[in-house]
Amino acid sequence: MFATLIAEAPRFFTYWNMVFLATAVGNTLVMAFAGCGLGLLFGLGLAVTRAERIVHVAPLRWLAILFVEVFRRIPVLVLLLFVFFTFQLLGFSLHALAVGTIAIVLRASSLFAENFRAGIESVHPNQWDAAEVMNLSPLQTLRLTVLPQAWPVILPPMTIGLVGMIKATSLASQISVLELTFAARQLNQRGFSALIAFGTILVIYFVISWGVARLGASVERRLVPQHRRA
Amino acid sequence: MFLSIDGLSAGYGGTRVLEDVSFSLERGEIVSLIGPSGSGKSTVLRCLVGLVPPEAGRIALDGSAVDYTSRAAVRGVRDRLAIVFQQYNLFQNMTALDNVAIAPLKVKGWPKAEVMADAKRLLDTVGLGDKHGAYPDQLSGGQQQRVAIARALALKPDVLLLDEITSALDPELVTEVLDTIRGLAANGMTMLVVSHEMAFVREVSSRVLFMDRGRVIETGPPAELFDAPRTERARDFVTKILRH
Amino acid sequence: MNYTFQWGQVTGHIPYLAGGAMIALQLAFFGFAIGMVVGALCAATKAYGPKAARRLVDAYVSFFTNTPLLVQIFFLYYGLPDAGIFLDSYQAVLVGISLNAGAYLTEIQRAGFMSVRRTELDAAATLGFSRLQMIRYVVVPHLLKTLYAPLANHYIVMVLGTSIAAIFGVEELTGRALNVNAINFRSFEIFSIAAGMYITLTIAASASLYWFGLYAFRIKAKVF
Repeated sequence: MFATLIAEAPRFFTYWNMVFLATAVGNTLVMAFAGCGLGLLFGLGLAVTRAERIVHVAPLRWLAILFVEVFRRIPVLVLLLFVFFTFQLLGFSLHALAVGTIAIVLRASSLFAENFRAGIESVHPNQWDAAEVMNLSPLQTLRLTVLPQAWPVILPPMTIGLVGMIKATSLASQISVLELTFAARQLNQRGFSALIAFGTILVIYFVISWGVARLGASVERRLVPQHRRA
Repeated sequence: MFLSIDGLSAGYGGTRVLEDVSFSLERGEIVSLIGPSGSGKSTVLRCLVGLVPPEAGRIALDGSAVDYTSRAAVRGVRDRLAIVFQQYNLFQNMTALDNVAIAPLKVKGWPKAEVMADAKRLLDTVGLGDKHGAYPDQLSGGQQQRVAIARALALKPDVLLLDEITSALDPELVTEVLDTIRGLAANGMTMLVVSHEMAFVREVSSRVLFMDRGRVIETGPPAELFDAPRTERARDFVTKILRH
Repeated sequence: MNYTFQWGQVTGHIPYLAGGAMIALQLAFFGFAIGMVVGALCAATKAYGPKAARRLVDAYVSFFTNTPLLVQIFFLYYGLPDAGIFLDSYQAVLVGISLNAGAYLTEIQRAGFMSVRRTELDAAATLGFSRLQMIRYVVVPHLLKTLYAPLANHYIVMVLGTSIAAIFGVEELTGRALNVNAINFRSFEIFSIAAGMYITLTIAASASLYWFGLYAFRIKAKVF
């Protein structure tokens, strides 16, 4: 097994193959970061919308809950195909990369909304009372005291969610986005062994995910004040 | 009348906890609410600051009725009434100084230098001159409660509402908090006090209201209410609590 | 947009799709069961094994939780024949899902073992419990209580994860939706229904796992 790997390596790790893989890494990262960036924004929006202390219109809160419950219970692959076919039906020809990103955004929004909600709910209601009687607005309260206290609850699962989204981008290979998994399949079809083609991208995925996990841990250290850490 | 409450009723989720409560407060006066747990004393205070919506009755400030369904009116009331909670409710992510300065800065938009100087002075007044940079979980209960008092004063309220502010404290910490309040009383602060500290209530109050099951049962000067209660329920309560 | 929805062409396929949903549940169940065994062995190794073995478990967990399941299965499906191991698509998918689950379940079970408090065991020993009684009355209830919710959650995550099997031609819910789509191209309708089925399926699974926990172990678990 390793003999074939070594024999194949010089033929595999050529300049053009590396450029090909680099392009693929780029697309994987674009989908993951654009998807998660927007997902974090929408996720916070959804969590805020469903918070009783902030939004007093019940139907609005129900809509936010509905969105979250629907999109976190559909497999990413199905979501991807659904978005893909919906745009086809609407007559838009959207770049596959955009379709992949939209699917990631939908999933990430619902996922991060749950992380934010759990964090917001972990803060004692008396903090809201105190802020309210001093005329701090609900959004000021959220920004100035609730979120800062909620980070220890929000960040660990959020880091896992980010890694999950990076991994989920691999499914975009099914709608022909040239990302890592698609690239590996192409290389495999061009005659390289599965061992070297998929093995290489597994290592790349690992490095990216591991890097994001480390980054998450360091943000956690920054946002959770020293004296409040366990 | 500076603050007058007339026929106030309120409740949580269908159960009435206040029934036809009426009393009033003059400028510079200290009125105390006493009574058994669950008698609705705290709810009166929570109603006044708009945390519990009144179901019936009239609350008037300086003679004009407050419309608790209007957010602007409630904001107006909160500008003038400040409440201190039993559990202090300090913002856990902020230092003592930031807790005191946050509302004047963010709500009132007062100039920063002035606010910070004022906040420091207030913390010094409550005896926490050396704790400006401390976080709530680095302070004792009594110290936290004194920060909470400073925080309430920072908005320069007309009336201070004290909601059982010593009930969550270890006995040896009660005195330091009550001394702070005595200081405020000496300076003429208008206060509405809910407390189980009978000696303290007797000492500072000009009038005492005895509440039971959501109603005001008896009202009078402290000496009268403690030494010669007219109603049986008040008598029961007073003898029970003074035996402790 | 001049597309007319033709739900009629799709509703007839609902029983076929529902059959696929059962296969999804089944695949997740087998994967979960195997993953539990793998996870328990790895967690035990982490707790009691020699250093080299612990390192190996760490590498396994870290590798499988930081790379996509899809690529793991590709690797197995296309890579193992080179090593002389031939798996059909269902087997490859099941092995992939199980190994992937094993990594996550190692972490979950390890956290559970770690949370058994020394003080509780000491207290039980002081009360004169035998070793067996200690396991029966202290360790097992504690493990059930701490492990039930995360395990139940992971099972539901796995149900959603089985849709990947469609890529390898396994005819579970997503696979069958693709089949129907290939017949009549009513993509929007088909994938709406498939999505709805996944939502129903996971809600039903959440509810059953909640009730099961409540009645079998008296645990009020927040499930997914």
